Amino acid sequence: MSDASKSNALRADLRADKRKRRRARADMRFKWYGLTALGLAMLFLVFFFVDIISKGLPAFQQAEILVQVSYSESVKSNYNRAVDKRYRKLISRSWLRTIPMQLEEHPDMIGTTAEQWVLADYRVDQFLKGHEGHKLKKKYQKLVRQLQEEGKVRLAFNSGFFSNGDSKLPENAGILASAVGSVLVLLLTMLFAVPVGVMTAIYLEEFAPDNRFTQLIEVNINNLAAIPSILYGLLGLAIFINFMGVPRSSALAGGLTLALMTLPIIIIATRAALRAVPESIREAAYGLGASSLQTVWHHVLPLAMPGILTGSIIGLAQAMGETAPLLIVGMMAYIPEAPHSILAATTVLPAQVYTWSGESIRAFEERTAAGIMVLLAVLLSLNALAIRLRNRSEQTW
Amino acid sequence: MTASTVFLWFFGGLIPLAAMAFWLARGKALGEAAAGKRLHSLPSFHGWYAVVWLAVPAIGSAVLFSLLHLLHIVDVPGPMLLATAFALGSAGLWLALRHIHAGFRARQAVEKVMRGMLFIAATISVLTTIGIVLSVIFESVRFFQVISFWDFITGTKWQPDTAFLIGAGRDTEGVAPPLFGSVPIFAGTFMITAIAMAVAVPVGLFAAIYMSEYASHSARNKLKPMLEILAGIPTVVYGFFAAITISPLIVQIAHAFGLEAAYTNALAPGLIMGVMIIPFVSSLSDDVIKAVPQSLRDGSLALGTTKAETIRHIVLPAAMPGIVSAFLLAISRAIGETMIVVMAAGLRPNLTMNPLEGMTTVTVKIVEALTGDQEFDSAFTLAAFALGLVLLIITLILNIVSTVVVRKFKQRYE
Repeated sequence: MSDASKSNALRADLRADKRKRRRARADMRFKWYGLTALGLAMLFLVFFFVDIISKGLPAFQQAEILVQVSYSESVKSNYNRAVDKRYRKLISRSWLRTIPMQLEEHPDMIGTTAEQWVLADYRVDQFLKGHEGHKLKKKYQKLVRQLQEEGKVRLAFNSGFFSNGDSKLPENAGILASAVGSVLVLLLTMLFAVPVGVMTAIYLEEFAPDNRFTQLIEVNINNLAAIPSILYGLLGLAIFINFMGVPRSSALAGGLTLALMTLPIIIIATRAALRAVPESIREAAYGLGASSLQTVWHHVLPLAMPGILTGSIIGLAQAMGETAPLLIVGMMAYIPEAPHSILAATTVLPAQVYTWSGESIRAFEERTAAGIMVLLAVLLSLNALAIRLRNRSEQTW
Repeated sequence: MTASTVFLWFFGGLIPLAAMAFWLARGKALGEAAAGKRLHSLPSFHGWYAVVWLAVPAIGSAVLFSLLHLLHIVDVPGPMLLATAFALGSAGLWLALRHIHAGFRARQAVEKVMRGMLFIAATISVLTTIGIVLSVIFESVRFFQVISFWDFITGTKWQPDTAFLIGAGRDTEGVAPPLFGSVPIFAGTFMITAIAMAVAVPVGLFAAIYMSEYASHSARNKLKPMLEILAGIPTVVYGFFAAITISPLIVQIAHAFGLEAAYTNALAPGLIMGVMIIPFVSSLSDDVIKAVPQSLRDGSLALGTTKAETIRHIVLPAAMPGIVSAFLLAISRAIGETMIVVMAAGLRPNLTMNPLEGMTTVTVKIVEALTGDQEFDSAFTLAAFALGLVLLIITLILNIVSTVVVRKFKQRYE
């Protein structure tokens, strides 16, 4: 072998080596694209939760002031007289307003005085939490600082947030009414969507003849699952409210609308669960003389139950977080008290979040974030429950 | 008598009656059995048979009367409705009790009815579709009687402020006519959708590739629920986040570059909507990538390609139809998304290419029109249904195309 051809071969080797390295690098890069994508999604999640929690956490504490309250006879007609003029502007009007009512209920309180912790005005609250835009006047700022030194101002656990309904005064606004509304609406959704959804799935999976109509139903269900939720709102408005006369913004209107929206999710999940039950189970049941309905009811359905439950929970969680169709059927009204009937005006948690986020008073922002925290906690635990159920019941036949 | 009291009385009466029917019929069947005769069906089936004969006439007549009432044909007073329903139910029960004897095939009869019920449940989904289509079309037709269809589709100005005058039947002379040109609204919708897809497609697709081709089984089991959290966050929460956190951030960043950005810019809702759609794109793409047969990968790797080359040149082209259909579904979801844009995008229709300016979308206009205090009959509220009709048509087309594409794709590898 000559020297020249040797060096040529060496050079070719080197080139091949270089190309190989380049390809290996490209290979690595490609893998990193995937990791970057996942990292971005993770980063967003962290940023999102940190942001929401840091905004919402302060709302779980609320400013209170220790003041001398005198329950004199004259307070009944003018509640402003109950506290010293100096502090009046620091105290929540929503609390002062309740005094005459309290005196009506407990007449023996009249004439007494008490030193007690009372709910502070939202400006004081925001000032104490160091939020910008608290709008507390300079002279009151001084007063609050002075009270703080005397230990007469504190941030206490905000139990009112869980026991009050909506209010125009941020310090008094709570999620109780909307939480009760959410439960009511969700119950109605469940009562309607789960039986109808499961029955539809049983029909399609176990009984339906293979004909045009069955195919129509199947195509239709897949389409329904992809229709934007707001169109269900239009359906609810046109059919339930305008045609059938269901009261606007009632839990019934909202529940029915959401039920129709959840239906395809439940049907698709139930069908998958039914399909996963092996044919041998059915054949064994038939062999023992069971009718087709008995087979489904006694054998197939119990085995498919975990899958059906998982699908239903996921569908209901989605319904619980849904807002758009509910806005269309009018469930964004101002509801200060928990609804007593399914025909009464109702609001739900996500709608409450929406209305609060549109309030001009800045103090509502932390309440909105706190409401979101509650909503997310419920939804994430529902989803976690569904995932656990799915993992535990994953059965290999 | 209000509707709800009638309802209450009806079910308050029907349930104890049904229980009674069940026990009566079952008792009769048991009596036959005790007399030494062999029953064809289990006693409880006889019981259910009687319940069916009681409930079907009662509920049927009640539904019929309610329908007549809703269609304003006959107005039946509540007590009369209740009396008729219960009388018919009792007659049915009496007939059923006469049928019952030892050889009676009660099970077959009951199962027939139950199958019928399953079938009726299955038709509800079809009725839902019909309901959506009809409710949107009816109101749209009324809208297009006032506003010409052509103006709606091609007009570039959306100024409906004077529409209530027409609705109220007031004199409209000297007032600028309301304009319902939907082009700027759809332009805004497509702009925000495009931004969302620019985020969701690369991130979702690469996440899917990593999870299906690179990640170990255990890593996959951890990563998937994490992405599912993104899908589980309600849209109203995304909307709040976009409006309160992202929008000001974008305004600040734009300012740092010397650009003017509106607080209702299209970028914030677009980006957040993209994040929302990531799990949707990734799980659909994941499915189709996994459906590509392993033999294709093995063949390619055996020829000496690297893993990335196999994915780029073999797996992705093979999965492309499925991935495209996932994108179409993602687009239809982005177009129909409501809360994020309602909270973070603007209200003013704006025909522009600049994503830093405020613009509005179809869904925003629907919500605006239907949550206001305008008369339901005004062209302003009816416009919501016309917009809804267009939205429905677009999503249906996207959905059908993607279904067809996916079916073709699956057939190829089966």
